[in-house]
Amino acid sequence: MMVPDRKAIRVDLQLISDMIEPHSRVLDVGCGDGTLLDYLVHFRHVDGRGIELSTEGVKTSISAGLSVIQGDADTDLKDYPDDVFDYVVLSQTLQAMVQPKVVLENMLRISKYAIVSFPNFAHWRGRLSLAILGRMPVSKTLPHEWFDTPNIHLCTIHDFVALCRRLNIVIESQKILDSDGRIRNVSSTLFSANLFGEQAVFLLSKKKS
Amino acid sequence: MTIEKSHRNDPSDAAAASLDLPGYHLRLGIDKPLALDCGMEISDFPVSYQAYGALNADKSNAILVCHALTGDQFLAEPHPLTGKEGWWGNMVGPGKTIDTGRYFVICVNIIGGCMGSVGPKEINPETGKPWGLDFPVITIADMVRCQALVIDHLGIDKLFSVIGGSMGGMQVLEWASMYPDRLWTAIPIASAALHTAQNIAFHEVGRQAIMADPDWCGGDYLNQGKNPVKGLAVARMAAHITYLSEQALHRKFGRRLQDRDTLAYGFDADFQVESYLRHQGITFVDRFDANSYLYITRAMDYFDLAAKHGGELGKAFKGSKVRFCVISFSGDWLYSTEGNRRIVHALNSVAANVSFAEIESDKGHDAFLLDEPDFERVLKGFLDGAEEIRAAGTKKP
Repeated sequence: MMVPDRKAIRVDLQLISDMIEPHSRVLDVGCGDGTLLDYLVHFRHVDGRGIELSTEGVKTSISAGLSVIQGDADTDLKDYPDDVFDYVVLSQTLQAMVQPKVVLENMLRISKYAIVSFPNFAHWRGRLSLAILGRMPVSKTLPHEWFDTPNIHLCTIHDFVALCRRLNIVIESQKILDSDGRIRNVSSTLFSANLFGEQAVFLLSKKKS
Repeated sequence: MTIEKSHRNDPSDAAAASLDLPGYHLRLGIDKPLALDCGMEISDFPVSYQAYGALNADKSNAILVCHALTGDQFLAEPHPLTGKEGWWGNMVGPGKTIDTGRYFVICVNIIGGCMGSVGPKEINPETGKPWGLDFPVITIADMVRCQALVIDHLGIDKLFSVIGGSMGGMQVLEWASMYPDRLWTAIPIASAALHTAQNIAFHEVGRQAIMADPDWCGGDYLNQGKNPVKGLAVARMAAHITYLSEQALHRKFGRRLQDRDTLAYGFDADFQVESYLRHQGITFVDRFDANSYLYITRAMDYFDLAAKHGGELGKAFKGSKVRFCVISFSGDWLYSTEGNRRIVHALNSVAANVSFAEIESDKGHDAFLLDEPDFERVLKGFLDGAEEIRAAGTKKP
């Protein structure tokens, strides 16, 4: 269909795609112009839905034949019934949510798995920026200045893992990307992931009761 | 003699005049009467519809467009009574967003209407006179039941899409709820799943204006050779304000004066906006029947889809395989984005397949009738995508 360069999706989106079983039911929250959704629908043959806040993104997505509603995770997840999806994806959006914890809980209420990717605020460059220059970090994954950032709830990989523990969320797998967008073969310690990972992608599920 | 004149002066001509209209004329309910929500039945009644494009061999390219309160079946051709361009002429036609080169587009004059389908100005077979207020109170669901009979008549099992704006959108929602297996896609535009107190209030003003006109004659004006044109014009004027946004009115007219440089210190149409509204009112009465206006506004006021489903709107669509595309306009305060979003949330609550876009426009409710490129892009994209998905789905063994 209409999204060009379908094969050339961002590496973090490719990582997310690899976590998704073909022919599953997927909700992409904050789907932007529908790039990932379009890829999943055509290459993983998923039954895909999207939520996107920007008018432009919604128009582009629907025009490409994708099922997308204009809305956001803070307000629009609560209406879905329990367990209707296999995967709910929240890519690079968690940090912009008003209530990230509630969003995370809702994701795992309506879906078997949740896939969450976010920029790691504890990446060593950010730490340097704060420690040496005394300035808020600005990077490729966090391109905004402090005064115009939509990112109101930034966290570190360590913080995120701690929240998952608190919410009894199971971390099925995690992938760390370095600042060049390469998958980083860090040793499995949280410490090094938190230091060298610029972005993280987590596959989550609920704890079996 | 023009048709509207004939129906104004001689009631027995009304039905005959309807048959003179272009398009197709059926008589339905002959084998089996149509049971209405109010408990009454109508049988052997006239229904008029118009169609554009050609139905393909497997009858899979049909789109039903549902018209709004004062619309009719002449959506893509000059109106036979006014000569004005069809109300969706910008949207429907060869090569247009709803491409009649690809789709067979049907539009049925709703029952209760006044363009050839059974309604208060048509002849009541029991009395040989126009129905007037003896006509049963109809509902949105009744309109849809009647449309389904037309679709049956055309031998179409499953419509590719049912599309409608405003009251047409209410019919779309009823279609998806009542006949989920008879449509692939449903596109309610600038619509609502219920009429709010404010919606009902505006309609009541219109109805009272009609009934306050002495020429309404208790609804019997056709038999008495009268027509409550003043009341109907005021009803139209009041309603027309609700179709526009404050910005649209300001942009169009501001406080500009009509044909004068200074205030006249009287009650003529000093302001352009007054003149415009009067014109809207006066031209409306040439093509619309006052009793039809009462009946149709009543049908809209009665509309509350959730109420029919235990108060849960989602239940109206439970298990639906229909692909929905809900569209609202940011400047529409009559059927607001908020109300449209409630439809989306209800569809989500039953995991229906739904797309939703709010189109940026400050033109008010009428935006769905105007050239809005974003709107057309979304609509076309949705239809194209749905067609591709249907084709992929039917290819599977």
